[in-house]
Amino acid sequence: MYQYTEKDQTLINERVAQYREQTARYLDGQIGEDEFRALRLMNGLYIQTHAPMLRVAIPYGLLSSNQVRKLASICRDYDKGYCHFSTRQNVQFNWPALERVPDILAELAEVQMHAIQTSGNCMRNTTTDHLAGVCSDELIDPRPYCEIIRQWTTLHPEFAYLPRKFKIAVSSSLTDRAATQFHDIGVHIVKNDAGEIGFKILVGGGLGRTPVIGQVINPFLEQKHLLSYLEAILRVYNLHGRRDNKYKARIKILVRETGLDKIREMVEKEWLNIRDEMPLSKERVNYIKSHFTAPAYEISSADNSSLNQQLKENADFTRWYQHNTATHKIDGYRNVFVSLKAPDSPPGDITDVQLDALAELAETYSFGEIRSTHRQNLVLADVKLEAVFELWQKLAALKLATPNIGTVTDMICCPGLDFCSLANAGSIGVAKEINEKLDDLDYLYDIGEIKINMSGCMNGCAHQSVGHIGILGVDKKGVEWYQITLGGSSENEAAIGDRLGPAVRKDQIADSICDILDVYLQQRDSSEEVFLQTVKRVGIEPFKAKVYENH
Amino acid sequence: MKIIKDKQLIENDWTFIEDDESPIDGKVCVSLSRWLQNKAEITEKSAQIGVRLAPTDDVSQLGNDLSQINLIEVSFPAFTDGRGFSQTRLLRRQYDYSGEIRATGNFMADQAFYMSRVGINAFAMNSEDDLKTALTTLNDFSQAYQPSTN
Repeated sequence: MYQYTEKDQTLINERVAQYREQTARYLDGQIGEDEFRALRLMNGLYIQTHAPMLRVAIPYGLLSSNQVRKLASICRDYDKGYCHFSTRQNVQFNWPALERVPDILAELAEVQMHAIQTSGNCMRNTTTDHLAGVCSDELIDPRPYCEIIRQWTTLHPEFAYLPRKFKIAVSSSLTDRAATQFHDIGVHIVKNDAGEIGFKILVGGGLGRTPVIGQVINPFLEQKHLLSYLEAILRVYNLHGRRDNKYKARIKILVRETGLDKIREMVEKEWLNIRDEMPLSKERVNYIKSHFTAPAYEISSADNSSLNQQLKENADFTRWYQHNTATHKIDGYRNVFVSLKAPDSPPGDITDVQLDALAELAETYSFGEIRSTHRQNLVLADVKLEAVFELWQKLAALKLATPNIGTVTDMICCPGLDFCSLANAGSIGVAKEINEKLDDLDYLYDIGEIKINMSGCMNGCAHQSVGHIGILGVDKKGVEWYQITLGGSSENEAAIGDRLGPAVRKDQIADSICDILDVYLQQRDSSEEVFLQTVKRVGIEPFKAKVYENH
Repeated sequence: MKIIKDKQLIENDWTFIEDDESPIDGKVCVSLSRWLQNKAEITEKSAQIGVRLAPTDDVSQLGNDLSQINLIEVSFPAFTDGRGFSQTRLLRRQYDYSGEIRATGNFMADQAFYMSRVGINAFAMNSEDDLKTALTTLNDFSQAYQPSTN
C-alpha cells in the first residue's frame, strides 16, 4: 500500500500543529463558535448529542495492521473502548474530548493517518471498491488513481469553502461496488478502442434528501487529463453552485437546474484553459502504481483438498464460507469478510480488543492489510485457501464471524438518535429489534441476498434511498416514525427506492420488515429470484397491501 | 487600520467609495458595476484605480481592463463563501493579473494561508489581533500537493 514520503509526512504533521493551535485559540476565546465550527469540521470533529465525534479518514478503505493497532489504542486511551466504521469506509470515535483531539491527531500522524477533510464543505475522502486489486472483474487496480486524487484533494486551497460537501468515488470493475453513480463525481476506469486506459466521468449523483443518479459528462477522458478535468468541474461548482439554501447546494442541483449540456460546456471551457498546465505524467502514475504492487502470493498447486474436507465436515464453517468469503483473482486465495454485524452489537462497531486481534490476524493471514467496506464490514483480502478454516475459528472466537454478509441482518445503519444531533429517530435500537426477529439463520439464508439500509434522518448517512429496503426515521411531533422504501440499488442498475406508503410507528417497524420479507417469499417465482428482482417484477403493491392490512 | 501586504504590515492608502458617493482624487476603489458604467469618469479623476469584486461578479468582465487596474479587492461577505478563491485563481492564472489582490470582508485569519496559495497577497482585516494571527497562519504549511499561484 501507499507509504508516505517525507513531504506527505511533513504536511500532516503541520496540519496537526495547525489544528492544535486553532483549538488552543478557541479554548482561549479567540475564535468564535461559528468560525471554530468550520475549522473543526474540516478536521472531522462534530459536536454530537453526548460528546464530540471524530471521523478519521481511511483513504479508499485501506488499512495496515499498524494503523489498526493505532485505532485500537485510541479507542482505549481516548474513547470508551470501541469505534465505528462508516458507510464511506472511514472510522469514527464517538467519545473523544475536544481538548484532546490534537493529541489523537498527532498519534494518527505517527501511522500516516489523519482526519483531514472528513467533514465540512470541502472535498472528502475518495472511496473505491473494497475488493480493489483482488477481484477478478476489474480492468486495473483503481487504488493508484485514488491515491493521486487523494493527494490532489488534500488541503486544496481553492476548494475548501465549497457550497457543500463533495465526494468522489472510483470504480474499475464490471460490478460497481463503490456506488459511483451516487457520488458528486464518479470516476470509472475504462479502456478505449485503442486499448488505452482512461476515465468515464459521471457528475451530479448523490444521496441525502434528494437522491439523484449521476450522469456521464465525459465518456472518455485521457489519463493525463484526470486532475485538470476534476479541477475544472470543481471550479465551475465553486463559482456557480447555489449558496442560498444548503439543501440545494450540492452539485446535483446545479447540474439539474443548469442542464447537463450547459454544465459540460462550462466545464470544458474552463478545462481548455488549464489542461496543459497540470498534466498527470506517466512517470507520476507509474511511481504511485509502484506502491500498489501485488503481495508475494504463493502460486501453490491450489490444493483444495483440506478445505473441501473441512467444508464437508463442518456445517457452521460451510455456512460462513458461503456467505462471508468471496472469489479471489489468484487461484488458491480467498477474500474473507469480517462481519461487524453481530446481532448484539450496533452495526459497524468494533472494540479495541477485536481491533488488536484483527491486526494480528491480518499479519498472519493477509499480508498485514485490512480493508473497510461501504456496508460497514471489514475484509481480509488475501487469505490462502488452506488457512481459511483456521482463520474462521479465530474470527468466530472474536465474534467477528457472524455468517450474515449480504443477508437481511447485514444492515447498514447510521448512529441515529442515540449519538447524532441531526437524527430524528433511533436506528441502532430498530436494527437490534429486526435482528432479534430474524434470529433463524435458515430463514435468513432462504431470503438470500438483500440490502437493508436505515438512516435516522433525511440526511441519509446510511443511504436508505438505495437500500433494497430503505428505512428512514422521521420525527412527527416528538414521536419516532419510519418511512419504508423498496427497490433502491446503488449497484450497476442504480435505482432510487419507491415509497411504500405512510410512515409506520416505531413499535411496528420490525414487524413491517418481516411482513415485507414474507411477501417476497410468497411472490418470488423461484428461489433463484432475489428480493430486488421480485420487487421489480411485481411492483410494491403486494408489499403495501400486507404491511398496511393490519394498521 | 493597517493591512498585510506581501507578509508585511503596512498602512492602507486606498479608499473604497460606495456607488452613491462622488469620485475623489487619489487611490480609489469602486465596485465592479460602477467601474463598468463609469470607466471614463473614474479614470479621469483618480490617480490609481481599484475594483472590488463581490462573490457573484464575473471576473471575465474585468478581463480587458486589467492593465489599468492597480488593486482588486476580493470580498468575502461571509467566511463560508469560497467563491473569492476561484475568482483570484482565475485572475492570476487565466488573466495573468500581477497587481495587488486584497481580501476584504468577513474572512478568518485561519483562511489566510489558502488565500495566499491561490494568489491573494494582501489582507484587510477587522482587528489588529486578526492581523497578528494572519501573519502567523500565513506560514502554516511548508509543503503542498497543488501547484501554487502565489
